[in-house]
Amino acid sequence: MRKLGMVMAAVLACAAALGVSGRGSGDQGGGSITGKVRFTGTKPAMPMIDMTEEATCKAKYTSPPREETVMVNANGTLENVFVYVTAGLPAGATYPAPATPVVLDQTGCHYVPHVFGIMVDQALQIKNSDGILHNIKAKGTKNRPFNISQPSVMTSERKFSAPEVMVPLECNVHGWMHAWVGVLPHPFFSVTGRDGSFSIKGLPPGTYTIEAWQEKYGTQTATVTVTAGAPKTQDFTFAAH
Amino acid sequence: MHWWLPQQGSTFAGPIDGLFIAILIITGIAFVLVEAGLVWFIFRYRRRPGRKAFYTHGNARAEVIWTVIPAVTMVALGVISNHYWVQIKGRNSIPANAYPIGIHAKQFEWQVTYPGPDGKLGTADDFTVRNQLHVPVGRPIVVHLSSEDVIHSFFVPQLRVRQDVVPGMDIKAWFEATVPGDYELGCSQLCGMGHYKMRARVTVHTQADFEVWLKQAAQAAAGGGTGS
Amino acid sequence: MTTAAAPQAAPHAGHAPMSFWRKYIFSTDHKTIGIQFLFVSLFFLLVGGVLAMQIRWQLGFPGRPMPGGGILPETMAPGGVILPEYYIQLVTMHGTFMVFFAIMPLLVGVFANFLIPLKLGAHDMAFPRINMWSFWTAFLAGLIMLAGFFVPDGAARAGWTSYAPLSARPDLSGASYGQMLWCISLVCLGLSSILGSVNYITTVINNRAPGMTWFRMPLSVWSLFITAILGLLALPVLSGAAIMLLFDQTIGTHFFDPAAGGQALLWQHLFWFFGHPEVYILILPAMGMVSDIIANGSRKPIFGYHSMVFAIVGIAFLGWMVWGHHMFVSGMNPTLGSTFMVSTLIIAVPSAIKVFNWMGTMWRGNLHFHVPMLNAVAFVAMFVIGGLSGIYMAATPLDMFIHDTYFIVAHIHYVLFGGSLFALFAAITYWYPKMFGRLMSERWGKIHFWLTFLFYNCTFFPMHIYGMGGAMRRLYDPTQYDFLKPYQPLNQFISISAFLLFATQLIFFLNFWWSLFKGKRAEQNPWHDNGLEWTLPSPAPHGNWERVPTVYRGPYEFSSPQVAEDYLPQTRKLPTDREPVLAPVAGD
Repeated sequence: MRKLGMVMAAVLACAAALGVSGRGSGDQGGGSITGKVRFTGTKPAMPMIDMTEEATCKAKYTSPPREETVMVNANGTLENVFVYVTAGLPAGATYPAPATPVVLDQTGCHYVPHVFGIMVDQALQIKNSDGILHNIKAKGTKNRPFNISQPSVMTSERKFSAPEVMVPLECNVHGWMHAWVGVLPHPFFSVTGRDGSFSIKGLPPGTYTIEAWQEKYGTQTATVTVTAGAPKTQDFTFAAH
Repeated sequence: MHWWLPQQGSTFAGPIDGLFIAILIITGIAFVLVEAGLVWFIFRYRRRPGRKAFYTHGNARAEVIWTVIPAVTMVALGVISNHYWVQIKGRNSIPANAYPIGIHAKQFEWQVTYPGPDGKLGTADDFTVRNQLHVPVGRPIVVHLSSEDVIHSFFVPQLRVRQDVVPGMDIKAWFEATVPGDYELGCSQLCGMGHYKMRARVTVHTQADFEVWLKQAAQAAAGGGTGS
Repeated sequence: MTTAAAPQAAPHAGHAPMSFWRKYIFSTDHKTIGIQFLFVSLFFLLVGGVLAMQIRWQLGFPGRPMPGGGILPETMAPGGVILPEYYIQLVTMHGTFMVFFAIMPLLVGVFANFLIPLKLGAHDMAFPRINMWSFWTAFLAGLIMLAGFFVPDGAARAGWTSYAPLSARPDLSGASYGQMLWCISLVCLGLSSILGSVNYITTVINNRAPGMTWFRMPLSVWSLFITAILGLLALPVLSGAAIMLLFDQTIGTHFFDPAAGGQALLWQHLFWFFGHPEVYILILPAMGMVSDIIANGSRKPIFGYHSMVFAIVGIAFLGWMVWGHHMFVSGMNPTLGSTFMVSTLIIAVPSAIKVFNWMGTMWRGNLHFHVPMLNAVAFVAMFVIGGLSGIYMAATPLDMFIHDTYFIVAHIHYVLFGGSLFALFAAITYWYPKMFGRLMSERWGKIHFWLTFLFYNCTFFPMHIYGMGGAMRRLYDPTQYDFLKPYQPLNQFISISAFLLFATQLIFFLNFWWSLFKGKRAEQNPWHDNGLEWTLPSPAPHGNWERVPTVYRGPYEFSSPQVAEDYLPQTRKLPTDREPVLAPVAGD
């Protein structure tokens, strides 16, 4: 619809990878929360991005690329909504960071994924697939900001040391490039995909507050009680404004 | 590779290159005089056994000569330079009919705002293009320079125009291109890690081509905000 | 000639034998402090050179792994490929180290300390303990600056001029600790310079030997004296500005941040109000020492001694009125540009006077081309190029084109390398015997000189061409610009010349080191010079003189018809000389 299949595939692959990391460290056999994030109202028009002056990137698109602030799916749901547990986990529980890194790719002067989660101290691999200069500026407030550059095809690794939702990432060479990363001390987070659904698995029984974060429309919260073995459903709805 | 100044692309090139040549001649004479003199002395007065150097503490007339000649030359150069400086950068040098273009610099891009059909900046029909400066030939252009973050510098070598872009200041600089063609606008003040990538294309159009481009670009910019 | 046969140790009242620490580390002897400055600044010169080589690698071969770069951490050069943020650290720290920790202390720290008391007939500096503190503060400042490379995000990266707001805001520069260390280090260095300057000024005014009138002082002392005055007045401005910048970075003031009501140009005014006098701090002592050496090498009195003194004073005075020439296109009122242009052009006049007087000194001389003389003549030849290229950028309309291009880079290196550094090679070789009691190797000195002269010109002259083509400074990868791509072979030529130039400097370092232990033992006056220091043994003893010498004439009486030899020391009493009727010297 608006992007290359390659890009979409990468989004899905990364979302899947996140799911894996979330499951891997949670309590197995616990409960889960799934749901959809719906959208009501007029779908806002996303401005086109003029990549004329960056031929390498422009060549990767067949139709003009657009910004990704609000991504409405065909089924009326929202993509790129970050859903995570804010409260209710057992006091004192700690969750080790998975050994597998989260991959953030820069391809076509575009961050893939646009929104993602990561655990404290989990490695973030930042890839430059474009081979032209990108800089990656993380403007966290609880995490020490970083600003690094990648002049060629290369991979750099960084970690976040404190929970923070969200840390904005941007590239100053290509002012339209933005990504958001939610840093959490636990693996109970998910990002909605092309079907607008999310899934947080492996939760021990208990009552949780979960929050959905959207880049433009802000946050919504809900309280969910999870019992062992029974999946719970919790939907969110964001309205256009 | 050039061994000389870049192609002359604006009305400033004449006086600036002329000044360059004038200074080259003046400094060339001084250079040859001093270096040839040194080499001659090194050869002529090299040590010879049994000879004593000429015992002198100086010569007042020589001191006066080599004080006055450089002083007069320098003051003359200053007067000539100032003549052109006032024309190029003086507060009142910007021609009244200059076509305004807004340039907002930020790490690490140039956001170029065109006044749209009404020819005025700050109105609703303005539109902004990233890293592309299009100007008509033979018409004075005044760029309104502003910066988002740090100091940048607006520099187009062929147009012989440079002006630092300072946050917190609105600086106007003008030029008039004389040769249609493609040039490059570079940032010439260190502005961070992406300084070297802060480049924009400059296209000098004929007047007619510029009108066409302006129309197309305005439409494209207007169209960019809608649809999906 | 009273002390010619003085015993090795010539302690005067209060100088008991000292422990190792007091003698070599926390020494108050001006000669030891000068030598400490020498070792430390030569080390920083080497550091600056290593940084320059990395810059040249990146410019000549952008994006290619640097040989040996693999030892650098991933945040600087992953796989040996220099990153843009490391490149701008290199550019920043190369300039900072060379200006503040190599050239300035080599000229002032080393030679003001070493020469002023020796050439004036003083036992030591007026304030020996303050002198010691001056060295240790400078040393500390250097370590703090160097520490920048080892903190998170690396060293300062806003250029050696540290233009705000880039330098003031970590979110914009990407470096926080490094930028703070830069400020702290320069505050320390400013303190050191103030301590040193007070000392030099006081010593020159108060501690001259009987008969050493103002106009019998060697030009080296004159230039160091004037430089000390410049330093005393200029460095506090830098320190003040650096403190303001540090406050902007740390405690939330906004002196230089327009986003919160500050003024970006304020930093530039403060920095260059210090910075232009600083440029003369970096060249005046070189001029002075070169004057001494050229007179010696020519075996002739300096031509126009008084003009030379007035030229130094003139340069120092005008040097305060030209700072705006760094800011012609900064957005400063263009009318101010006109004013600064005129003052800048006029400052060329005293420089021209000095060049013509050096030539006048060589004219009809009997030129001895010992290594110091070779380097001193090269200083004149190269300073001329650097001085003349300055006229191009003094002319405001032309500056609009060549400002911030490689033309400027060529200019500053012709002045600072071609000028100051050649003068330093001359001065170090010249006074080495008085410092260490041995001579540096003449043969290796000549090899070093000729190779340096060749590679130096191959490195820096083409930068004029590159700058004329419009090449901007501080570009990590100039091939990003289509109009600069054709210059890449030139850039590679410059880089290779620079590597050879650097390799050549190792000859100097080896010669310096080897001669410390194996050099030919120096006699008391190896260059047959007239200055007071040459009446002392080599090396000069602690306290210098047992009895303060009496001065009967100026320092440049070479080939005087009054004596058979071609030199006439300042202390030698001829039958026609009368005893000076001056006041006694402090401390004697």
